[in-house]
Amino acid sequence: MSVAVAKPGEVKHNYLNAGDTVRSWLLTTDHKRIAVLYLVSVTLFFAVGGLLALLIRLELLTPQGDLMTSETYNRVFTMHGVVMIFLFLIPAIPAVLGNFLVPLMIGARDLAFPRLNLASWYVYMAGGLIATWAMVNGGVDTGWTFYPPYSSSYSTSQVTLTIVGAFLVGFSSIFTGINFIVTIHKMRAPGLTWFRLPLFIWAHYATSVIIVLGTPVVAITLLLVAVERVFRLGIFDPALGGDPILFQHLFWFYSHPAVYIMILPAMGVISEVIACFSRKRVFGYHFVAFSSVAIAVVGFLVWGHHMFTTGQSVYAGMVFSLLSFLVAVPSAVKVFNWTATMYKGTIEFRAPMLYVMGFLGLFVIGGLTGLFLASLATDIHLQDTYFVVAHFHYIMVGGTIFGYLAGLHFWWPKMTGRMYPEGIAKLAALIIFAGFNLTFFPQFVLGYLGMPRRYHWYPEEWQMLHVMSSAGAALLGIGYILPIFYLLWSLRNGAIAGPNPWGATGLEWKTDSPPITHNFEETPIVTEEPYAYENHHQHEEVASGTGASTAEA
Amino acid sequence: MNNGHDTHTHIVPIKVYLLVYVALLVLLVATVGAAYLPGHHTLLNNIIALTIAVVKAVLVVLYFMHVRYSTRLTWLWASAGFFWLLIMFILTLGDYFTRHWVPVQGWE
Ligand code: HEM
Ligand SMILES: [Cu+2]
Repeated sequence: MSVAVAKPGEVKHNYLNAGDTVRSWLLTTDHKRIAVLYLVSVTLFFAVGGLLALLIRLELLTPQGDLMTSETYNRVFTMHGVVMIFLFLIPAIPAVLGNFLVPLMIGARDLAFPRLNLASWYVYMAGGLIATWAMVNGGVDTGWTFYPPYSSSYSTSQVTLTIVGAFLVGFSSIFTGINFIVTIHKMRAPGLTWFRLPLFIWAHYATSVIIVLGTPVVAITLLLVAVERVFRLGIFDPALGGDPILFQHLFWFYSHPAVYIMILPAMGVISEVIACFSRKRVFGYHFVAFSSVAIAVVGFLVWGHHMFTTGQSVYAGMVFSLLSFLVAVPSAVKVFNWTATMYKGTIEFRAPMLYVMGFLGLFVIGGLTGLFLASLATDIHLQDTYFVVAHFHYIMVGGTIFGYLAGLHFWWPKMTGRMYPEGIAKLAALIIFAGFNLTFFPQFVLGYLGMPRRYHWYPEEWQMLHVMSSAGAALLGIGYILPIFYLLWSLRNGAIAGPNPWGATGLEWKTDSPPITHNFEETPIVTEEPYAYENHHQHEEVASGTGASTAEA
Repeated sequence: MNNGHDTHTHIVPIKVYLLVYVALLVLLVATVGAAYLPGHHTLLNNIIALTIAVVKAVLVVLYFMHVRYSTRLTWLWASAGFFWLLIMFILTLGDYFTRHWVPVQGWE
């Protein structure tokens, strides 16, 4: 396969310069451009959610509620949760990196349904703007979980509007899920069998399965809350003859698997980056691939562990507790296999690899603390404390953001044709890792001591831990802002990347950077297993653009 | 998508649609009839009503939603959806049915 290479200074045809009117962006059906649209919007919503987080941590600096009223505080943490979960963590990796890379990695020209893909961005934006509108028009105070009967009968805030927003965003992710499933089934390049697929693709496949089978349930559930609110139909409110625990069953049927919607794509990124920067094939490829599918299935069996103290039957609790421990197995399989991949590898500590190491640490802490929560007895003590807050931030936020940043740096040269500056990128990674742990580790201790979540008054003696956490949040804020600056800087000033700056395997590296509109000059043909780093080790011409071609057919 | 072989539409005779429609109506009447069965067998009634509902759903999915004429892949996905629904019902009902059970001796 031929790879046309840009000489420095020469401008080649690619998806970025294929048209520069606003119209050409807003009406594009090119998956790469839609990924860029998502990149921009996801980043904006992340900034909104981040500002709200800083407000929360500012309030918690002192034991008294002296920055805002309790009502405002409720609205701030609710909106922080809604924005971060529905508008950032869930779409971040699939909609940005997945959109960009799924067709490239399987040698396709685009996703199966390009217009559905564009529609999904519009639906996402509509949902996001409606939620933002609700926030500026009074906000919501129910917590991101919208538990009735408070949300359906008593709250006087903008619950209905926010639910409509979340509903729309849910459908946007269903569109993406359907698109990925059909694309992966139907559009793989000749020779690209299921067991030659990159693990990133396996992870996105499993994620899409969860999205398509789970999201409709939460969408309808939230709609039912709105219906109960507006028409006073008794569904969840016991005063109207409904059952509030039913809401929790339906809500967590999606929302526990949703945590895997966030973490599985990150795991896909981790596998790619580890293999590349260890120069080894992924240890136990089949196990890693199947563990994604296993997580997708088992993740649907454990939701009741969010309901141990709600009045759910103790027998159901026992079953859910037992099943919860099973999820740990496929997750552990992945961690052990990644570790084994690095073992005796030629490890190169580039910025993406630093994020990967960070991911491993945070994921192990987050996963192991999940076991404390999945055990009936310890959960009675820890439920609704900061321990839970710390646990899910380690897993979801640590896991997803570290995976996302690893992937963004790793594929930045592919997306933009430019290298990011390595030194400052490494510095940012270290700041984020330090800031993250300083923010959330004290929260485990706080929760263990009994600090409830969603409160802003607390006893004096916990102030030290809260101050540590707030200081960490400030550091984290700095860490997140850095990449915005140096990545934008690199668009003009970064070194020219060439098609394959890391000497990586995978079809996406066998075309130009940035890729041409139709991705490949001619359909690639795949003849070898993925991650065959050992087969052609050092003779990769790094960043020189001769891109080793393994695809002669 | 441009691989034509599985995007072709299968032409179903109107007769089939009408037959399925009539079958659905008959099942509807059966559901109502079952509700009037003598005695207060709420459990039995539920089982009958749910069984009929499942049969109706299967008919709709197979004929009106064309799954019957679709590829094996579509079959797989359609059944996966139902399997997932089953998981949701079974585990949720597991809670409802055991909620009033007495705790084991020595608990509390
Ligand atoms: C190793 C397997 C895991 C187990 C056994 C586990 C267990 C639990 C349990 C029992 C809770 C409920 C705590 C409570 O409310 O009392 C919980 C909360 C949570 N977990 Fe995990 N977890 C695991 C992994 C994960 C992963 C991988 C993620 C995300 C990717 C995750 C995300 C969350 C979230 C978001 C919550 C908070 C829900 C809320 O708002 O109350 N967990 N986890
Ligand atoms: Cu969970």
